[in-house]
Amino acid sequence: MSVALLFLAAFLASAVEMVEALTIVLAVGITRGWRSTLIGVAAAALALAVIVAALGPALTLVPIDALRLVVGGLLLAFGLQWLRKAILRASGYVPLHDEAGIYERERADAERAGDERRAGLDWYSFTLSFKGVLLEGLEVAFIVITFAADKGGSVAISASAAAAALVVVAVTGVLVRGPLSRVPENLLKFSVGLLLITFGTFWGAEGAGVSWPGDDAALPVLLGAYALVSFGFVQLLRRERLVPVKT
Amino acid sequence: MSRIAAFGRFWWDFVVGDDWIVAAGIVLALALTALIADDDVDAWWILPPAVVGLLALSLRRATGRRAPR
Repeated sequence: MSVALLFLAAFLASAVEMVEALTIVLAVGITRGWRSTLIGVAAAALALAVIVAALGPALTLVPIDALRLVVGGLLLAFGLQWLRKAILRASGYVPLHDEAGIYERERADAERAGDERRAGLDWYSFTLSFKGVLLEGLEVAFIVITFAADKGGSVAISASAAAAALVVVAVTGVLVRGPLSRVPENLLKFSVGLLLITFGTFWGAEGAGVSWPGDDAALPVLLGAYALVSFGFVQLLRRERLVPVKT
Repeated sequence: MSRIAAFGRFWWDFVVGDDWIVAAGIVLALALTALIADDDVDAWWILPPAVVGLLALSLRRATGRRAPR
């Protein structure tokens, strides 16, 4: 069960980051041409590989309990951020994330930019795609490493999940070749937030010296409890939004 | 200097986000868990309600209304 959840969490978390990167790449590539854009993507992928190769192994030198504590704390921090935003969007307090709007803004910015060329490259396309892919890719690498750090051999699981997400998102991007608003991003973020705080709670507590009742069986229990509470928060906020609170 | 500031801001935004109280609360809850577990007392029950409480507090701060109960 925990292996499946780990794969699902890493897959969804990676997919969310990749959708953001793909939105930028599509907007720039379609508007200004693919050559410099794809070179920027390749350069970012190379830089990512170097960074991960340099920093990844260093994590294994950290004592496992300290690592669990840090990883758990980070997952809780990320998960609570994502879940809070997803709950606020689901309850109508803030607008749903608009990939189509982001795409249009990126496209308009790209059209306004000058045609600056260096070393035969459209520098704007290169820089924008490089920056987008590197930043989002770092987040994916961080997700893979932190999800994998807890249990020996699970690097393969989280890396496979990220690779699967890359294939799915890339194929989706190629097929739609446009705004990615069809991907229900808030549902992804809601699910990812729940999974992140579930693993964060489990690993963080273990790192602090806790033994969970039932060991790994505690994971689905935590997930179910957090899901129930979160859906409850969505319902309460929807009701509050419709009936103003007197202060 | 501005690059160092931008680097620091990137990591602050990345890890802490827009509600530092949540990050501080996580650190406190983990520290409390470690403190109690160190005395060989069951401490698994501390973190889940702390996480729910932090989520409720963060939602209240975001909406500017009463915390969901």
